Amino acid sequence: MESAAWVKTTRWVIKPLVFVACLLPALRLAAGAFGVAGVSLGADPVAALLHGCGRWTLNFLMITLCVTPLRDLTHSVFWLRFRRMFGLYAFFYVVLHFSVYLFIDQNGKWNVLWQDIAKRPYITIGVLAMLMLVPLAATSTARAMRRLGQRWTRLHRLIYAIAILGVWHFWWQVKSDIRQPLLYAAGLTLLLGYRVWKRRHAIRRALGARGLAGAAGVGGATDARGQRETLRKA
Amino acid sequence: MTRQKLPSPRILPSQITPQERYLSRRSLLAAGLGAGLAQSFGAFSRASAAGAAGAALAYTHDAKFSTSDKPNSYEDVTTYNNYYEFGTGKADPAAESQHLRTSPWNVAIGGDAEVTGSFTLEDILKPLALEERIYRLRCVEAWSMVIPWVGFPLGDLLKRFKPTSKAKYVEFKTLYDLKQMPGERTSVLDWPYVEGLRMDEAMHPLAFLAVGLYGKTLPNQNGAPLRLVVPWKYGFKGIKAIVSIKFVERPPRTTWAISAPQEYGFYANVNPAVDHPRWSQASERAIGGGLFAPRRATQPFNGYADQVASLYTGMDLRRFF
Repeated sequence: MESAAWVKTTRWVIKPLVFVACLLPALRLAAGAFGVAGVSLGADPVAALLHGCGRWTLNFLMITLCVTPLRDLTHSVFWLRFRRMFGLYAFFYVVLHFSVYLFIDQNGKWNVLWQDIAKRPYITIGVLAMLMLVPLAATSTARAMRRLGQRWTRLHRLIYAIAILGVWHFWWQVKSDIRQPLLYAAGLTLLLGYRVWKRRHAIRRALGARGLAGAAGVGGATDARGQRETLRKA
Repeated sequence: MTRQKLPSPRILPSQITPQERYLSRRSLLAAGLGAGLAQSFGAFSRASAAGAAGAALAYTHDAKFSTSDKPNSYEDVTTYNNYYEFGTGKADPAAESQHLRTSPWNVAIGGDAEVTGSFTLEDILKPLALEERIYRLRCVEAWSMVIPWVGFPLGDLLKRFKPTSKAKYVEFKTLYDLKQMPGERTSVLDWPYVEGLRMDEAMHPLAFLAVGLYGKTLPNQNGAPLRLVVPWKYGFKGIKAIVSIKFVERPPRTTWAISAPQEYGFYANVNPAVDHPRWSQASERAIGGGLFAPRRATQPFNGYADQVASLYTGMDLRRFF
């Protein structure tokens, strides 16, 4: 159990600090874009902005996916307080990324966007992943969570597909050096693999706890499903 | 693994020859061309002996083959480079190439020619007059720059080796040295870097070998001491740090075409009508325009169509991309 003082500190001190920290990459890019404080984005500021925002979208997707494993490892719900913020930051950075692409790189030519979506698979999946984040961001409020109940959990599992599409989008556009996208893919495999493992482990344990009844057939299977539902709620 | 970092001789923008000075150098040359050239070769060998990039060169400005577009800043040209031998990031070459030894430098001439063997860079440059060509550069990644190179027409050099009738193509190779070129320890490309031209392309007056940039010897990150510049082709054709030139009968297997044959062809002529499979080549971002400069429409053969389109008459440029 967390003490009331700790909850307060988290809410009024740690959370605002984390909020500002998450904003720093955007501030740095903005400073570079406007030449503030001697920050420069180099010879190709458009590419630097575009790739910077894209990279931080992926980073925040990864960070968001780290929350559950961290909770399990540390047996602490502390991390859960930041999950919504991380997810919303992923959305924030992807909107910036998309805006830089459309309004700066492509000079706001929507017809180029439609052509790119139709012709270039990496853009197709990139836009798809961004659109999939929209309902998640829209239902991030406590009220939406209550209203949707079990459906909220199911809906927010979209994050797995979004992260896969995001890394794929990155991988598909590098010229020959795949080391960076490979790193993200490896991280994502680990984070998603952990969830698969946990689930299997839980089912096996549930079956084991019921002894032979689990193997006996229908009853056991139903129990396992029930157990799974309980876990989902966790 | 730790690599020792020595203090690197980074060139500061303030150290660049001011515009007036290099212009006055040109007029000086016009006055006494012979003397100027003699002096310049002295200067060049001294510079390469010291292994320092950025020594002033003497040259004449070639207005006929130069674009009137405004060149990019020295800083942009020397800090935004694709040179995977030093890393795949745009800033890697400037950071990692500073200890490349460009002197002594030998170039092996081989294949179907009467004159072959190993030549020092000084041998190669001795009979040649350097000229400045301001060329547009269009990268296959859909960005572009304008660069004032100093060098000489490739054909002038190739002729000296008397290629035989079997010589249909020219193959170039970059230095392969795992110690000096850390990128070659990775498998991002097939090393050493290989590029090639058809003989008639190589002999075209626009095909150029550069030894300098902005009136000075090439910085290492730009391909010192000797690099190819083919302004009507995508930038990756411009092979850097050349150590081998070979006359061959068959089209050379070039590095990017080996890496991704469906994306990069042997010809690699700038062509807005033929997209890269993953991105459009119809327009480009001109480096140096800042954040809100509009994209520019890419020109066929990078704007050099009048001079070079005839090389490809009757060829299906979609097939031979």
